Parts: sequence; structure tokens; C-alpha cells
Amino acid sequence: MSPMIEVEALEKRFGATRALRGVDLVGEEARVLALLGPNGAGKTTLVRILTTLLRPDAGRARVAGHDVVADAAALRSAIGLAGQYAAVDELLTGRENLELVGLWYHLPRAVYRRRAQELLERFSLAETGDRLVRGYSGGMRRRLDVAASLVAQPEVLFLDEPTTGLDPRTRNDLWAFIEELVAAGTTVLLTTQYMEEAERLAHRIVVMNAGTVAASGTVEELKEQVGGAVLSARVRDRSDLGRAAALMAEIGGGAVHTDADQQQVDLPTKGGTPVLIAAGRRFEEAGIGLDDLGIRRPSLDDVFLHLTGERVAPASPEVA
Amino acid sequence: MRAPATTRRSGGARRLSPALAATDTAGVAKRNLLRIGRTPQMLVISVFQPAMLLVLFRYVLGGAIRIPGGSYVDYVVPAVFIEAVLIGGMTTSIGLAQDLKSGIVDRFRSLPMARSAVLAGRTIADLARSVVSLTIMVVLGLAVGFRFHNGLAPILAGMGLVVFFGYAFSWMYATIGLATRDPETAQVAGILPFFVLMFASSAVVPVVTMPGWLQPFARNQPLSVTVAATRALMEGGPAAHDVWLSLAWSTAILVVFFAVALRVYQAGTA
Repeated sequence: MSPMIEVEALEKRFGATRALRGVDLVGEEARVLALLGPNGAGKTTLVRILTTLLRPDAGRARVAGHDVVADAAALRSAIGLAGQYAAVDELLTGRENLELVGLWYHLPRAVYRRRAQELLERFSLAETGDRLVRGYSGGMRRRLDVAASLVAQPEVLFLDEPTTGLDPRTRNDLWAFIEELVAAGTTVLLTTQYMEEAERLAHRIVVMNAGTVAASGTVEELKEQVGGAVLSARVRDRSDLGRAAALMAEIGGGAVHTDADQQQVDLPTKGGTPVLIAAGRRFEEAGIGLDDLGIRRPSLDDVFLHLTGERVAPASPEVA
Repeated sequence: MRAPATTRRSGGARRLSPALAATDTAGVAKRNLLRIGRTPQMLVISVFQPAMLLVLFRYVLGGAIRIPGGSYVDYVVPAVFIEAVLIGGMTTSIGLAQDLKSGIVDRFRSLPMARSAVLAGRTIADLARSVVSLTIMVVLGLAVGFRFHNGLAPILAGMGLVVFFGYAFSWMYATIGLATRDPETAQVAGILPFFVLMFASSAVVPVVTMPGWLQPFARNQPLSVTVAATRALMEGGPAAHDVWLSLAWSTAILVVFFAVALRVYQAGTA
């Protein structure tokens, strides 16, 4: 297995802001690499450098063997880009959008016409393919956008938040399709704010924070970094939240996290059942009413919280 | 953009063959022509503005302006032809700024297409729009009393000069669109050169009526020499001097702004 994406000590500055401060990562062939991180972590800057939309200030990056600066032209022939920063043309039909992209990849006319037809069918756009994109729903546009990135059957596909704002069914379809592509040999780099998406698709996850790589590994490896488990208490009365947090801190383990919306206090712990029992006793002694108390395996969300100090997004996409 | 290493320009811009660059440009031109065809209201607006100016000059101001040895309508209508193609150029800046804003330019940049194709395809499509607009102005001009007084060949040469002038300026407007990155700002920024060129010139009133300090500029700036050349070609009279000046101006503007626009376009990747 050879690396299709190689990034070494990559730096990018915008005025006084250091968007990337020495990023290293590797994406293996026919694997999905997910970039996770809060807004402003540098995910999009990294994608824009890897797709030649931005030039790095320092460091090196190669995609499909092509340097992002020295071999930018060859690199562009090997990649596809879709997501929040690539757009489709509203005043063209779906088919026209796809065929023009094929022309700009310098595919022969017969080839791009056939590819456009195949992709319209694959993305359930066959019936609407000859209508103007202006009339498409958000989900149809996103599917067309992804289809456009696939016209030239790229070796490496960049998907920048591909399912943001999609309804669950469309999202599931897109996930299944990405899995198919990867099974057929495509390398995918995906940025996402959804843990569920990263968990489902990614072979490897890179968590970015403030322009650096906070951690990387498989989902399981990352979960082990947090510690064995999370002790979670949900208070019945919101006014007890502060006392509950203090009480959890006394038990000790890791850093306590309070989620006011969920009326929940979390504590990473390696203690297991005895800690749970001890905590139950203390809550009872303190007279804090609980709706729920338990020990659970850490979720990717906990990993993220542990590494970046914030929860960035809801655990699953909202229906747009 | 601000990094010290910007002296090595456009790295990896492995030159595409001219044939592929032409294919890419044709693709962009096709895209923009389809868009023009599907937003007829834009075409109507870009024709409406010079038509309004035509009516204004012909019927509102024209009565107050005396042209030695000729009629004002024959004097001003060639200027309206030039306005029509300049306004066509303004749509270039607005369209490009829109493309930058919508993110479609990012898609273009991530594709292996020729770097110049996005700009060349756009200006060529807008040129087609300008030709339509110019044709309509000819019809309107004839309707309000304008008459050609020369042979078909010089008249067509005059049209060619106007179209070439408009095409050269569409590269200046492309630069404005790329630099402003916002359709509204591009529109406002584009009006300024339009007014300077149009009114500090021999387009609507003879230069001799202007203050002395303004006359040298008003006499020699690109729009003035082009309108003088166009009048001579359409109405008769010695044309060669102004034709050469106009060609020189338009060529210089085209070359300079082609280079500047391309540079600004690529600087977006810095």
C-alpha cells in the first residue's frame, strides 16, 4: 500500500494568522482519511493547498505522486474536488455541468458524454439531468457536485464536508457510494464535522486543532487515547449541575466536562464499576437527583472533546 | 500573497498545448453564452442603458449642442455605439466577480484547464453580447435619424474598431472584477472609468468647448480617438490618423490588462 497523500511540515499564514503550523499526514491508497476539527482548525486550508487552490508558505505536499507546487498541473488531472468550496453552475443543466467538466479534464467528447450519462443515472439525476440546476433541491445540487468531481475518475477525491445539510437518506446514499469508490481503488480525503460520518467511513482519522494535528489514528486508537471509559451523570434538576461537576471532580480521573443542554456531566475514568458505585453513593449522600448514571465506552465525540476542548457539532447531521 | 517566496510565479503551470487551451476557452465561452441566453433580462438591461443615453443625447441635450458643419445625431450616435460595447465590458467584471463569489472559480482552478481560459472564455462570450447590443444600437440610431455617409467597407471597419475597443476594455473590466471579488463593488468601481472616458472626451461634445487644461487629455484619450476614427469611417473624412491611434490604444490596453488580469487571477492561488 503506497501513500497517495503525503504532507510534511506544511505551513500557511494569512497575514498574522497561522492557519497551518507544521502539519504532517499520510493518506494511503484506496483508503478514506477523515480530517476532523472545529471551525478554524485549518481543515479547509489544507484541502485548498492539496487541490492547488492555495500555495503553501513552507513544507511539502504530494498528491498521487505530484508535488502541489512544482507539479500542480499534473496533480489537477489526478484529483476531483467536491464540497462546500466547489460549486455547480445554476444556469446550466446537470448534464451540461458534467459534460463541461469532462471537456476541461480533456477527455474525448464521446467519453465525457457517456460518463455524464452514467453519473446522472448513478446519482438519481437521470430524469432531471436536462433541467437547469437553478431548480434543483439542495440534495440534488450536492449529488451533482459530487458527480462533477468524479467525471474523470480521479485517483484521489477530496470531499469538503460533503454531507453538511443533507437529509439522512441522501447522506446514507452518499456514504454507500463513497464506500463503493474506495473499494474500487479511489483514495478519499474527507473533511467533516460529523463524528458519525468519520466513524462510518474513515480508515484513519486526523484530528486538527488550531492549525496542527492534535492526534491521528484509527477510530479505536483514538478512543484508547481518551482512557478506558466515561462516567456520565445526567441531573434531574439543572440547578444541580454545578454541584454535580464538583462532586465528579472529587472522584478524579480526567477533566470533568459539563454539558448544560443535556444537563450532563462527563468524567473520563479508568476505574470501572467500583467508581460507578462510589459515584452513586456520593450523589445520593449529596441529595442530587439523577435521571441517569452510567459508564460508557468513549465516543469519537469524547475523543474530540478531549483533544480540542470543545464539542463542535451535533452527533449526527440535522435534516436540512 | 504576503510570503517572501512569491517571486517564483505560477509554479507547475506546465503549459498546455495551444489546441487544448483553445478547447478550454471554447468550453468557458460556451458556458457563458448559455448563461447569457438563459438570463435575457441581463441582455435587455445592457441594451437599455445605451438606448437611454441615445434618447437623452438625441432629444434632451442634443438641441442645445451645435456641431460645426454637421448634425448632432450623426456626431453622437457613433459615441453611443462605443458606450454600448463599454457597458458590455462592465458585465464582464460583474460576471467574473459573481463566479469568484459563488465558488465556481475554485472548481475551475482545481481542474487541469488552461489558466487563461476562464478569462478568455468570459471576454469572448461578452464580446458576442456586445455585438448583439451594437446591432440593436445601429437599428435604434437609424430610427432616431442617424445616417451613414460612407461606403459599406469603411462602415464595417468602423464597427470593427468599436468592437475591438470594447474587447480591449473588457480585459480592464475583467481585472476590476477579479480585484474586487464582489459583484456590487465591481459594478460601482466600473462606472468610474466609464464616466471619465465617456465625458472627458469628444464623445458627446466637441473638445474645443472644454477648459484648456482638460483639452489635451480629452482629445487624445482612447475613447476620443476611437470615436473620432469611427465618425470618420462612418460619415466620411480623413480617418487614417485616428484609426491608427485607436488601434494602438486598444492593442496596448488589451496587452496590458490581459497580463494584469491573468496575474490577479493567479495571485488568488498565492
